[in-house]
Amino acid sequence: MGRHMSGLQIDKLSMRFDLPNGSSVQALQDVSVDLKAGELLSVLGPSGCGKTTLLNIVAGFLAPTAGTIILNGKTVSGPGPERGMVFQQGALFEWMSVRENVGFGPSMKGMAKAPKAQIVDHLLDVVGLQDFKDKAVYELSGGMQQRVALARCLANEPDVILMDEPLGALDALTREKMQGLVLKLWKETGKTIILITHSVEEALLLGERLIVMAPRPGRIHTEYRLPFAEMGVGQDLREVKKHPKFAETREEILGMIWDMEEEIMGRTETA
Amino acid sequence: MELLGNLWGELWAVLKTLFAAAPYVIGYILLILLTMMIWTGIKRLLTPKHDYSSLKTVTFGDESAVTSNSVASVVSIVLIFVLWAAFTGSRLLPGFMHAPGPFVGDGSFTYTIMTPDGQTDDATVSVVVHPATVETAAPEISPGDGIAKNDAIAIASYRSALLRVDNNDEMGRDDGTFVTAVNGQPIAPDGSVKVAFGSVTMSGKGTLNIIPASGVQMEPIWLPAPEAVWKRMTEIATEGYRNSTLAEHLGYSLFRVIVGFTLGALIGIPLGYAMGLSNWFRGWFDPIVEFMRPVPPLALIPLVIIWAGIGEVGKIILLFLAALWIMAIAARSGVSGVRISKVHAAYSLGASKWQIMRHVIIPNSLPEIFTGARVAMGVCWGTVVAAELVAAEKGAGMMIMVASKFQSTDIVLMGIILIGIIGFSIDMLMRWAERILVPWKGKG
Repeated sequence: MGRHMSGLQIDKLSMRFDLPNGSSVQALQDVSVDLKAGELLSVLGPSGCGKTTLLNIVAGFLAPTAGTIILNGKTVSGPGPERGMVFQQGALFEWMSVRENVGFGPSMKGMAKAPKAQIVDHLLDVVGLQDFKDKAVYELSGGMQQRVALARCLANEPDVILMDEPLGALDALTREKMQGLVLKLWKETGKTIILITHSVEEALLLGERLIVMAPRPGRIHTEYRLPFAEMGVGQDLREVKKHPKFAETREEILGMIWDMEEEIMGRTETA
Repeated sequence: MELLGNLWGELWAVLKTLFAAAPYVIGYILLILLTMMIWTGIKRLLTPKHDYSSLKTVTFGDESAVTSNSVASVVSIVLIFVLWAAFTGSRLLPGFMHAPGPFVGDGSFTYTIMTPDGQTDDATVSVVVHPATVETAAPEISPGDGIAKNDAIAIASYRSALLRVDNNDEMGRDDGTFVTAVNGQPIAPDGSVKVAFGSVTMSGKGTLNIIPASGVQMEPIWLPAPEAVWKRMTEIATEGYRNSTLAEHLGYSLFRVIVGFTLGALIGIPLGYAMGLSNWFRGWFDPIVEFMRPVPPLALIPLVIIWAGIGEVGKIILLFLAALWIMAIAARSGVSGVRISKVHAAYSLGASKWQIMRHVIIPNSLPEIFTGARVAMGVCWGTVVAAELVAAEKGAGMMIMVASKFQSTDIVLMGIILIGIIGFSIDMLMRWAERILVPWKGKG
């Protein structure tokens, strides 16, 4: 077994659970992904394909019924600070200021004030919220709140960042800006990132690697290795989208997902 | 079936009362509309506002365009006092604004008797109507001549008096002589005649009943004037009532509420947390809490009196129980209301269970707990007053209950007003504390 000692190995993950009515659901079947440290993976798929379940298992909030997750050589069995999470919205602590939110991880570790303040200040600079550090989080716009969430995650120095549709609730313009920010942070920090998204464009832009999942049971359908994330770093993302390969891949994936939806519809109609 | 019939009868009586009150209610509504029109007129004369709301063309149905008009609030409160003062003949209002009061002063009427042989004779009755608080004797009068002799009588205002006018006459009812007219107008048993100061009616047996006009003002025994209530309040504040000063009565009530509520919160909040965090505790306490919550605390008063007597312990147990379930349920829903993404985020930021409790669950539940505390304080205040009505040595409720037994309506009114003011202040205080302590309420 040639296991890497660094990076994240998702090995033959399956998840099956019983429903109250006696039937059971195969949410995931034999999902395997081998991520090297610093890779950016986006996960795409129609709803019900188990992508959020996959992320929750990697985060340690759910236990798989089969398979293992190994991070830096250690098996994952619960949540831990080496795997940071960024949620869609509403995961900030509204009873804390922006600064306290970003400093939450260091505070939990019992870090002294001065080094903590240094980390927080630095990250607020990175996400461009230096002027808002003493505001309450509910005073910020949706985009700013997600910047805080990113900074809070980074402050804890995780090895892997798990993002569950972090930009899903933002308007198109803000979303595009935030996509640029995610790429910038990925490149600057060198973190391994798994990003779940509904948007094909976002998956293409923010995926050095991209997996398309299929539903019932949730499994990997197709895997891509894409140049767009690398191209997009420090560039106008609209230029990247003009790339002929971008449009081509987008159409291909859309067709794929379209077929999956059709199949589900067909199956429910015949059932 | 008999029950249904009885209930229908009761309902009918209630409806009749409502119908009787309808003209007053309509009058009050008209007054509201009138003041609104007046204010609209005045507003035209003032410099118009140019805020955002003033530019809205659709305000009917726009909830955000409807705010409490403070002018209306002031007018409404002033009007309550004006009506109160007008119908009690208060000195706070000039006389012309008073509702017609009871007749006070001198009056007289004549009555005519007829003897069996057809002779008639007149005599005069002098009436002095005096305020109930001023003892007045009937005026001295000369009996006059003829068969019928003049009479005199003193009547307290709001009262009526039977007068056997023939007692001093030379021929009375025993002689077949009857009163046939009052002020020249014929009167018969069960009839009545209007006179200058009121009316004179005749009973079935032929006795005259003198009824001075009572006006439309309220007798102090039903509704004392505002200044009488104020005077009584200053009196009780300094001299006390039933061996305790006003501050002592109110202080005891507040003391019970604060101690009972605090104990209820001290036990109820951890209980609610346990129910929100553990299946076993949830299952264990759910039946108890869900059963006890709809039991009104007032229904527990008899049991608490049997078990703990009428002293402080019993009252505090009662208030403890009143607050306990509300606080437990508030804390439980505060815990259940925490978004799982917040807890997940905290775990993946390296927080321990204890840190999640301290930094996520407790602050997240505080808004719910404050809402619960506001409700619990309101319920406790209501419960303490009711418990004191039943049995207490001291307290706001005891004060008004005892006063009502002695028809001291002024004390009853004063007590009700003070109880209202304190209840309102408690609520305001809780709201203020909520604003200061949990500014993130509703912002999650």
